[in-house]
Amino acid sequence: MSITRRHLLLLLPAAAVAWKHVLAGTPEASPNYTMSQHWWGMLIDLTKCIGCGNCVRACQTENDVPDGYFRTWVERYHVSDYDIENPHVDSPDGGKKGFPPTKEASGKNFFVPKLCNHCAESPCTQVCPVGATFVSPDGVVLVDKKYCLGCRYCVQACPYGCRFINPKTETAEKCTLCYHRITKGLTTACCESCPTGARQLADLKNPHDPIHEFLKTHSVQILKPYMATHAKVFYNGLDGSVR
Amino acid sequence: MHAFKDSGHLFRLAAVFVAGTLLFLVVRSFLVPKSFGQYGHYRGAAMAETAARPVNFAGHETCETCHADVLDKKKDGKHAHVNCEACHEPLAKHADDPSAMQPPKLDTAVLCVRCHEANAAKPKNFPQVASADHSSGLPCDTCHQPHSPAISGGMK
Repeated sequence: MSITRRHLLLLLPAAAVAWKHVLAGTPEASPNYTMSQHWWGMLIDLTKCIGCGNCVRACQTENDVPDGYFRTWVERYHVSDYDIENPHVDSPDGGKKGFPPTKEASGKNFFVPKLCNHCAESPCTQVCPVGATFVSPDGVVLVDKKYCLGCRYCVQACPYGCRFINPKTETAEKCTLCYHRITKGLTTACCESCPTGARQLADLKNPHDPIHEFLKTHSVQILKPYMATHAKVFYNGLDGSVR
Repeated sequence: MHAFKDSGHLFRLAAVFVAGTLLFLVVRSFLVPKSFGQYGHYRGAAMAETAARPVNFAGHETCETCHADVLDKKKDGKHAHVNCEACHEPLAKHADDPSAMQPPKLDTAVLCVRCHEANAAKPKNFPQVASADHSSGLPCDTCHQPHSPAISGGMK
């Protein structure tokens, strides 16, 4: 679908709202945002991921993620034809600068972007001894920097390895699903910068969100479903070798 | 009445207990943040604090309010759905005040290969080239227009 003049005109009001927030410049809460009307997740279409690393770079710029730490990263899988149980996975610098040539063209080679799965039943929030991390009413797993002790329980509890301790603040840090953007009607930095549309922010409570049609018509999986985390990052085309 | 003749110490004990409880409640009311428990076992205000970060990526809808001409160029090409800031880097500062910050000129020799350098792990249907063979070092925009990269009249 290409964008016609008519579509552009329809987009203008939304853009005006978004631009107002950009123009405001100063940080602000979002007055027109009602948490109870949203339930956020993400769709990752692995058949479209080209491993360019745009998402990793965008996340680091948007969220001031320290070098060597990642709120999102991209893994490259190599699965040989006869050893599906033992894939070879690499992720040089989180895939931030893209990937070197794939040496073994035989077997299966593909990219898997990873980020916090924003589990509805998140193990990381359940182990926090002080209530510094939680699932917000709109389904985003967040860390309260002012309350976090830096005890690292949550870092260990996450089955997906999505948390780290920020070396500067000594508090737990993770993907916020760009909470400062989605509450202003924008998409996340990684989705905005993904050139192929492999990453799509999804509002599961919005009946008009294309996620519903996609979930109905595709074989979609989540990571480690046996952990009963009720993860909300949905992968299309996920290979069985992905951990 | 014999049973209660020494009951004074019980009342004193009760008074100490009540005073202790009151002191605990007063101290607690100072120590526990106001918004704690508003939505659950956490500080409700933490969400607004997280949401207060400034935005770096303006979003393509914001770009398109001014740069409709580029949108026109893109709309029929292969890059129609590639958002502006995927290549041009985050530009909320520019959107905020166009004169304050000019987007840097992009070097297509570096930029295009980020996506289009051939790699066996990329989806087979994604257009890829071995850049060294393909253009022998010439920048891509010698032949391709980045906003609509197909070479007109030729191959896609």
